[in-house]
Amino acid sequence: MITTEQEKSGSGTMGQSPRSPSSLPSFLKVSVTDPAKLGSGVQSYVSYKVITKTNLPEYDGNEKIVIRRYSDFVWLRDRLYEKYMGIFIPPLPEKSTVEKFRLSAEFIETRRQALDVFINRIAAHPELRQSEDLRIFLQASEQTMESARAVDTNIFTKSSDLMQIFKDVQSKVSHVLGKEKPVEESTAEYQNLKNYIFQLEDRLAEAQKHAYNLVKRHRELGQSLSDFGKAVKVLGNCEGDALGKAFSELGETAEIISSRLEKEAHSLLMDFEEPLKDYVRAIQSVKDTITERANAFRRQCELEEAIKFKEIDLQKLRLTRPDKVAEAEREFDELKADAAEATKRFETIVSRINDEMVRFQEQKTADIGLAFHEFAKGQARLANDVARAWSSLLPRVEACSA
Amino acid sequence: MMGSEPQSDHPLARGNAEDEESPHLPSEQMQTLALNDDDDDWDSAAGDVSSSKSYSNYRSAMTALSPSASEHHPLSPPPSVTAASDPLSAPPRSRSLDSPSYADVIVSPFHDRFPESNGSGEISDDAANSSSPRSESSGVEYLKIIVSNPQKEVEPSNSVVTRENTYTSYQITTSTNIADYGGSSFSVRRRFKDVVTLSDRLSESYRGFFIPPRPDKSVVESQVMQKQDFLEQRRVELEKYLKRLAKHPLIKKSDELRVFLTVNGRMPLPTSIDMASRMLDGAARLPKQLLGESSSVIEPQDVSHSAKGGRDILRYLKELKQSVVNDWGNTKAPLEEEDKEFLEKKVKMYDFERHLTSASKQAESLVKAQHDMGETLGELGLAFIKLTKFENEQATMNTQRARAGDMKYVATAAVKASRLYKGLNGQTVKHFDTLLEHMGMLLAAHNAFSDRASALLTVQTLISELSSLHSRAEKLEAASSKVFGGDKSRTRKLEDLKEAIKVTEDAKSCAIKEYERIMEHNRSEIQRLDRERQTDFVEMLKGLVTNQMSYHEKLGNEWAKVVEETRKYAKDST
Repeated sequence: MITTEQEKSGSGTMGQSPRSPSSLPSFLKVSVTDPAKLGSGVQSYVSYKVITKTNLPEYDGNEKIVIRRYSDFVWLRDRLYEKYMGIFIPPLPEKSTVEKFRLSAEFIETRRQALDVFINRIAAHPELRQSEDLRIFLQASEQTMESARAVDTNIFTKSSDLMQIFKDVQSKVSHVLGKEKPVEESTAEYQNLKNYIFQLEDRLAEAQKHAYNLVKRHRELGQSLSDFGKAVKVLGNCEGDALGKAFSELGETAEIISSRLEKEAHSLLMDFEEPLKDYVRAIQSVKDTITERANAFRRQCELEEAIKFKEIDLQKLRLTRPDKVAEAEREFDELKADAAEATKRFETIVSRINDEMVRFQEQKTADIGLAFHEFAKGQARLANDVARAWSSLLPRVEACSA
Repeated sequence: MMGSEPQSDHPLARGNAEDEESPHLPSEQMQTLALNDDDDDWDSAAGDVSSSKSYSNYRSAMTALSPSASEHHPLSPPPSVTAASDPLSAPPRSRSLDSPSYADVIVSPFHDRFPESNGSGEISDDAANSSSPRSESSGVEYLKIIVSNPQKEVEPSNSVVTRENTYTSYQITTSTNIADYGGSSFSVRRRFKDVVTLSDRLSESYRGFFIPPRPDKSVVESQVMQKQDFLEQRRVELEKYLKRLAKHPLIKKSDELRVFLTVNGRMPLPTSIDMASRMLDGAARLPKQLLGESSSVIEPQDVSHSAKGGRDILRYLKELKQSVVNDWGNTKAPLEEEDKEFLEKKVKMYDFERHLTSASKQAESLVKAQHDMGETLGELGLAFIKLTKFENEQATMNTQRARAGDMKYVATAAVKASRLYKGLNGQTVKHFDTLLEHMGMLLAAHNAFSDRASALLTVQTLISELSSLHSRAEKLEAASSKVFGGDKSRTRKLEDLKEAIKVTEDAKSCAIKEYERIMEHNRSEIQRLDRERQTDFVEMLKGLVTNQMSYHEKLGNEWAKVVEETRKYAKDST
């Protein structure tokens, strides 16, 4: 569980909220726990307890417990995405489409952990943590939550809907411009960022794949050791005396190591593979934000072009159709306002992305560093335990040749 | 039960085992990526990676475990090679891994124990493997064999019709100090057919002994026969087979083996004539035997051979009939296997064989699992190395560089761990070899026990024969006594019968002696087998346990380094 490391985050002011008592630093700590299966059959789902502990005055009380399900988290994420352009919204674990797997203990556990990480990242982010939607999520009654969810799913489900709106605008404008080629920022800074993120995603996904395989390998090795142990024990019964005993103990040892491996496989999954997966998802979230930036840029460019043409039109109208001038001027002003807004929006996104990248890199180094540490710790402990188990067998084996 | 063919569907002898698709890393990839200087060189990493290609299941891994497949043990000291005498060229071996630990000393019992075995032109770990404590404890008599250098040869056709036959011959190099050999080193060329002949001759001469089974004949197309993999596999199998023969206390001194190993030129042992022509010969005799023109009795000199291999079809048929009578007749067999101890032991051995087989299967999957673990660790390490490079190239912030640095530690450790697993697996495979060896010995035991059964059958047949001859004689005597003055033809018949009875009596004594001989061979071989199994299994256990211990110790050390290097990120440190 990642606790909010408030002292460590990058930009934005942490420390004291203006309204909290000046002697205490403000904190907002959330945990997602106690998954419970509810409902039945096709409609069964898992609910989680979300426990909030805070001293922020915007929240009622120091501690609040609510029940939330996966789609509630999705709602929160979508709201944040729509409202905080340019900020890397923490990623959510994937939906699971396979029915059987959806309710497996391992899946529920990894999902729970990922949701916990998600909500805490939001709580740690200087801007996101102030979101109204977050407060609703953490505090509202289950009914309120449910109705909020129902409303919003109709309007702003995906960012692709937003893009659709932009595309409509674009299509109105582009026939004026007559251009087909998509306009893109040509700065080295932007191109480098884009390439970096896209390539990073590929390489990370590969590493994550192998990490997942490594978990499998641990289980497979455990299984084969267990089978081997059983077979060897049977063999030991055929032999007599010391050798037979040695075989039996070999079998015992193999079985002990087998269950140790199974345990390690689980730790490996939770402490190493999942953080890597989280990293991959985070990169995808960054990609989404970059896409937003690209859209904003395009809109800004197109509006600027549209203004130029409109100005020319206006000149023409002033000379030919004075009666239409007033309306055209109004349209022109609207266009200018839109353009200003688009520019402002684009610039906000760019500036936010720059801040976010710094924050992101810092956070990732810490997250992955921790994951590496846990991985190495697990492997070292496993190796030592295994070595110890085998060495305890050695005197018995040596006794055979005596 | 008639004598059976000595070799059958034996795992040891099985040719191409199933090949599994094992993901491999392109060796170029590993070689272009730089790592810290204190790592082993990438050539050996590439070698490890490409050798994993040749590994599928552990049986074929074992047969591939020869000097040319570089599954080398990273902890062993590179063995000395006398370039002059050995026909095999050694591949470059990897340097030893870093920090030697206490475990290093224990890890390679095979090498440490027999330093002199490396001297006489032997390089493969296999070779050292075969010079086990049993045959070499006093270092007195040794017989070392290497099979190498497969060459295509052409057999000149002796008729216009048949095509020229191509076949492969192998060089067989022997070094020995056994007096009978009359020399200390020999080199001959033999082909697989010659090995089959050797095997057949041995099983005839050494009835009742546990003779190691020979490699399978492979029924494959001529194209496959010439493929490198097949040749290599066969070479390894042949070498193993000859080494096993050389280990057997009696066979190593046998004429058959000696002649096979030392006489240059064409194979000096009489070739096995195939079943068909034997049958044809026998079939030609049969009518004469039935008509009384040819001798229909079983000759004493024949009884030391099994009926199946001979040309006496009549005898074969008689014994067949006897076996049917034994199984289905109402009366007890004329002589039965009485040795209760033997019967109990046989049952135990067959039980053991079953369990050994299943343990061997599990051992195989264990080896595969260890192999896969090593592979995946390697792939993980490689992926992190790529990430490290990438982040370093693209870094605009120090946090990125720090992360790249962390990744490199993990990548390095993962690659090292991968190599350690591969090393561990290589050793594990060798130790599990013992299981297969003993499965082979149990197969040999099957054959030896069926020698015994067939010898018993011969005795039983002769006893039945005798009793029927006696009753015919009695009837004749009774009949001719009724005729006054005798009957010339009857008298002659009676004389023939008496002659036949005498020969059969002799045959019976010989057969009984043969049977007793074989029983004794069985007994002593069982004892030898039990002794050897004890020793070998203890060795195997020791080896397995020590290997696991030492490799995991090393693994622990590698990861401990990374733990330290990443300690600053630990949760409890904040």
